[in-house]
Amino acid sequence: MAEMMYWEAILRAHDEEMARDPLVICMGEDIGVAGGTYKATKGLHEKYGPLRVIDTPISENGYTGLGIGASFLGVRPIIEIMSVNFAWLATDQIVNTAAKVRYMSGGQLAAPVVIRSPGGTAHQLGAQHSARMEKVFMGIAGLRVVTPSNPKQAYGLLKSAVRSDDPVFINEHELMYNMKGEVPDGEYFHPLEGSEVTRVGQDVTLFGYNISVHWCLKAADILAKQHGISAEVVDLYALSPLDRAGIRKSVAKTHRAVIAEEDEAPVGVGAEVIAIINEECFFELDAAPVRVHAANVPIPYNHKLEKAAIPDHEDVVRAVLRLFGKA
Amino acid sequence: MNLQDKKRVLREMVLGRRFEERCYQAYMERKIGGFLHLYPGQEACVNGVMEAARPGQDYVITGYRDHVHAIKCGADPKEVMAELYAKETGSSKGRGGSMHIFDVKHHFMGGYALVGGPFPLATGIAKAIQMKGGDEIAICFLGDAANNQGTFHETMNMAKLWNLPVLFVCENNQYGIGTVIHRSTAVLDQFKRVCGYGIEAAQCDGQDFDVVYEHAKTAVSHVRDRKGPYFLELMTYRYRGHSMSDSRSYRTREEEEMWKQRDPIFILRDRLVDAGAMTMDEFAALEKEIDGYIENEVIRFADESPEPDVADLEKYVLA
Ligand SMILES: Cc1ncc(C[n+]2csc(CCOP(=O)(O)OP(=O)(O)O)c2C)c(N)n1
Ligand SMILES: [Mg+2]
Repeated sequence: MAEMMYWEAILRAHDEEMARDPLVICMGEDIGVAGGTYKATKGLHEKYGPLRVIDTPISENGYTGLGIGASFLGVRPIIEIMSVNFAWLATDQIVNTAAKVRYMSGGQLAAPVVIRSPGGTAHQLGAQHSARMEKVFMGIAGLRVVTPSNPKQAYGLLKSAVRSDDPVFINEHELMYNMKGEVPDGEYFHPLEGSEVTRVGQDVTLFGYNISVHWCLKAADILAKQHGISAEVVDLYALSPLDRAGIRKSVAKTHRAVIAEEDEAPVGVGAEVIAIINEECFFELDAAPVRVHAANVPIPYNHKLEKAAIPDHEDVVRAVLRLFGKA
Repeated sequence: MNLQDKKRVLREMVLGRRFEERCYQAYMERKIGGFLHLYPGQEACVNGVMEAARPGQDYVITGYRDHVHAIKCGADPKEVMAELYAKETGSSKGRGGSMHIFDVKHHFMGGYALVGGPFPLATGIAKAIQMKGGDEIAICFLGDAANNQGTFHETMNMAKLWNLPVLFVCENNQYGIGTVIHRSTAVLDQFKRVCGYGIEAAQCDGQDFDVVYEHAKTAVSHVRDRKGPYFLELMTYRYRGHSMSDSRSYRTREEEEMWKQRDPIFILRDRLVDAGAMTMDEFAALEKEIDGYIENEVIRFADESPEPDVADLEKYVLA
């Protein structure tokens, strides 16, 4: 097990997959000569050349569609969209083509593309550079959505996504590229479905994904040390399909659930997880499940306002304490 | 191309025409649902281009007016009709419908319903061809109004930038649904719009098969010889409404009549008759034979085929 940064893990997955299969290519803005906004494709241009490591024009819908078209003939494009804010422009090709072509062709054609893009709020980037889009993509049939919370997942999910015959959207995070973590030395394929119990607990389940897993872990620590509450943390690295069995299993054990999401609440991950809890294990509940989520506002520039808009581990702690009647 | 070949092409054009006219009837009988966009009037376009290309080998993609393109690539008319009848035996197993005919084994890569969507897809197919080193080309058939989408501009830039083997065929029928081109589009000659991207382009009559074929030969060899993308604009007209719920109130009967004088089937037929390769009686017999084939085989197959099983609703969502 070597320790590496999140971006290095993504780079390693690119490199291994491109070395293995000449039909694996990567494309996006500034990913080649410039090495990638978050360095996730650093050095690949020199190694694999401009035909396979493609610096694209600023044409998100266009180059995403081009990648999808190439995938029809067996090419495996890894498309980097610089920021999810710009992925809105590519939703046409992602949703209307990639997600639907297998179905509407009666299984004749598929679009096995990988689309990677960082979402989330970083540091005062303002309303148009702070979007979170996972809830948009997880609602689309025919699309897989995964979101790594650590370097191991970042590596293993990308490896699996490249090998998958389905289109996969990988939701990364601007604040996480420099996060360090252990990554297996040998090849590792993280499953594209399921969830992970990151911390075992008895009294309440904290559901998180991507950055909010870290809020949950920190909150679980505080809850254990300061409040005597044993929290289980479940990492929903797969947002579509969501792991119904994993959600049921943990809630059936703890009887309480808090879902932490960086996104606004409406039509979001929390809403979906709560619906699944209702459908799967309503009678296991000792309390109504709770969402910890962003304020329903365009993300403000002002630092204090931005902080107030986005939840963190303290919000998770408060939500749990309220659930136990302690706040 | 000799006269025998041209007779075959005429036959295919008549098949395309009669197939579409039979679709109209089936729609009226409520056998076909959804949106239905018919091709009559434009037959010389797909036939002229594909005769210069390699149907079944070159990759073809288009919009929602796609039945005749699929058949020209090699799709079985029975399967296309069965798709319109929403049957399990349809080319997309009844999951696609009129706007989403696919026949991947004949390299017909689909009909797509978002105007402008196929531009980048075609170009991606060309990218894959380039990577794999084959000598096929990608051909993208779209309408005039599609050129007002962002995907048009994004794609022309990339196609030229990376010198991809893609031929864009613009079937300029001068209308986007009910909006005549000069009310939606600043520059009327569509082929001029790609000059800004440095793409070779030409414009020609889209009603005369021979004219289309000659221009398409230049276009196809340009792309096949890896000289870069090419844009071919074909001036044409659709005789029916845009789709089925269209009263054609936005254009005059005189204009329609003028274009019917230039019916692509009659132009080719008359040329063959003048050359002594065919008689009018032979032509009448040909139409009759094709109508019989459509009725006795195509419609019958579609009618008698089973619908998809509802238990298979969630098949084909993911791999
Ligand atoms: C993105 C998008 N916008 C609008 C429509 C509705 N629409 C369907 S066809 C069409 C006109 C397209 O005209 P043109 O490209 O000239 O092709 P034609 O139908 O004439 O063959 C419009 C506006 C659509 N299908 N997709
Ligand atoms: Mg038109």
